[in-house]
Amino acid sequence: MDTFKLLQDLADAPGAAGREEGIRETLEPLWRPLADEVRVDSMGNLIALQRGSGPEPRPAIMGAAHMDEIGLLVTGLEGAFLRVGDLGGIDRRVLLGLQVRVHGRRDLPGVIGSRPPHVLPAAERQNVLPWHELFVDVGLPADEVAALMRVGDTVTIEQPLIALKSNRAAGKALDNRASVAALTLALEALRRRHHAWDFCAVATVQEEVGIKGAITSAYGVAPDLAVALDVTFAKQYNDSDSGTFELDKGPTIGIGPNFHPQIVKRLIEAAEGEEIPMAQEPLPGSSGTDAWGIQLAREGIPTGLISIPVRYMHQPVETVALRDIERAGRILAGFVSGLEEDFRARWEDEV
Amino acid sequence: MSTLTDHLETLSNARGISGAETGVRRALRPLLEGHVDKLWVDGVGNLFAHKAGTGASPLRVLITAHMDEVGLMVVGHTGEGALRVDTVGSIAARVLPGLSVLVGEDALPGVIGVQAIHRANRGDLDKAPGTDKLAVDIGATGKDEAERLAPLGTPVVFATRFRQLGASCMGKAFDDRAGCTALVALLRGERFPFDLFGVFTVQEEVGLRGAQVAAYTVAPDVGIALEGTLADDLPKEEPDVSPTTELGKGPAITVMDRSYITPPRLLSHFVQVAEAEGLAYQFKQPGIGGTDSGGIHRARAGVPAITVAVPCRYIHSPVSMLRESDLAGLVSLVDVAARRLAPSILDRSA
Repeated sequence: MDTFKLLQDLADAPGAAGREEGIRETLEPLWRPLADEVRVDSMGNLIALQRGSGPEPRPAIMGAAHMDEIGLLVTGLEGAFLRVGDLGGIDRRVLLGLQVRVHGRRDLPGVIGSRPPHVLPAAERQNVLPWHELFVDVGLPADEVAALMRVGDTVTIEQPLIALKSNRAAGKALDNRASVAALTLALEALRRRHHAWDFCAVATVQEEVGIKGAITSAYGVAPDLAVALDVTFAKQYNDSDSGTFELDKGPTIGIGPNFHPQIVKRLIEAAEGEEIPMAQEPLPGSSGTDAWGIQLAREGIPTGLISIPVRYMHQPVETVALRDIERAGRILAGFVSGLEEDFRARWEDEV
Repeated sequence: MSTLTDHLETLSNARGISGAETGVRRALRPLLEGHVDKLWVDGVGNLFAHKAGTGASPLRVLITAHMDEVGLMVVGHTGEGALRVDTVGSIAARVLPGLSVLVGEDALPGVIGVQAIHRANRGDLDKAPGTDKLAVDIGATGKDEAERLAPLGTPVVFATRFRQLGASCMGKAFDDRAGCTALVALLRGERFPFDLFGVFTVQEEVGLRGAQVAAYTVAPDVGIALEGTLADDLPKEEPDVSPTTELGKGPAITVMDRSYITPPRLLSHFVQVAEAEGLAYQFKQPGIGGTDSGGIHRARAGVPAITVAVPCRYIHSPVSMLRESDLAGLVSLVDVAARRLAPSILDRSA
């Protein structure tokens, strides 16, 4: 699978939180040939099962990556224009002049209008506008807008994935389609690789509005272990070095209360064993990822986290190094493949 | 797609910030060849198209549309390999974060990102960073690579691609590729009674500079500037007493802008033609923006000039929007009004 093409298919698909149909319909046919069973649960999580080779009852590991993206919600119609609000944590600084896709009775391209500098006092040219001054314009007259759009329709960013120098890519929704791509690469690798455990890949919904899909799918899948995949902050020219990670120097492995030390250890060993570069990412509190929800499902699930560094997070031009996606997939596949049948029982006895 | 929108698409997607208009000249030539008598480029980069008249009118008429668009220029390189940029022409810094752009002759893709919302100070979220705090990321891994790929002075344009939305069009640089499209249509049409000099001008966005020398060269009896002008018709908090122009209400006739005042007889002529022919038109709110007429009207001993424009939303931002009917209306109005120009309309001593 060509990583850019895979990421392009996934990133360009729409799927704002709670409206993940577009990305799910793109992803399902990619996962189906790689899995023994594929299903969609009542929340909309996409779940693919790859059976392991160990004797039944087999333990199961869940790999989770959220497929929803941040976006906007139509909050009102005003003549030919749409009023919008935040859905999932969009950065208002990027909205003026942004191209979008409005998911009404049919999908329509549009733009968030910005008043020309000629009519703006100099002092206002750097002002980031409040929601009540932001409008989506789809170029249609008011009656057509009223027929095609309703309050509650979602709006996603329109920014096709672009290739940058140094094997990097920029686009919308790389948080977290980069991880969905890595999870897909792990599924592909594990199709050809021995694993004793059942591997359950889950593309979760509604992470950006509170980790909802991870919580319910972890309950439904009831795995013995879980590893979430998400993005983390990459070093960039206009941010500090503290808490940021170099692009193309490998994914990070989360360390902290959200993560079981035995999983952390094994993830690091899996990376080192395959000579994959990575960094350790200390997260003293909430990781803000699916891992935070999965850890407390049912009676508690030992959980780990692999993160892919991304620049300009929650902006239309999130930037990633393609090799970091491939590395994240390989670390996960190596970790799953290396799980002994009694892996969990073994370290539970040690305590 | 009509010929007009087809040409608008070609010209909107062409790249040419002020002082680097070659891409637009290249896109224009094939649209003009075979339709005009002579094409040439002057010392500042203006593209001249001469279309000889039928001989019925003694006038020399200049019609301009500017080729240049607002954009960015590389002014430095960071240690990490990002490109420092400054604006060419007027752009509000607040439209830059989150943009994708094209860098240089080879159109290298680049992006402008800001610090992630999760890491930014709350106070920074309501103020866009100035251009001095922004940079373009093309994926270069260090300063040397960045300098090699995008040396100082490299032009940077918005990456927006043209698209049609029903009766509207969306794309970059409609100011003034809309005017260029209309001028192409006029030059491809029937011969005029007078000698027509269509000039696609340079450097309008940095001071109406190309038009000034073009008007000197042509020494016309009258100048007409075709523009994509600002429509500021978004809903507003305060009652809007002067909505500038509005989409769908026809071409906008300028009474005066920041750069010039239309002579009263020339103004009346355009209004009367529109009324007589039943052509939709509107007035642009006076006093805002400068246009090529500002350069033309004080050329040599003075040239009567008028600006007529297609209303465009969101000009000087990555995406502008116009109504196809307004663009077609501009071509019709200028075509008819120009054909009926007579020396008496231009003579102020009479």
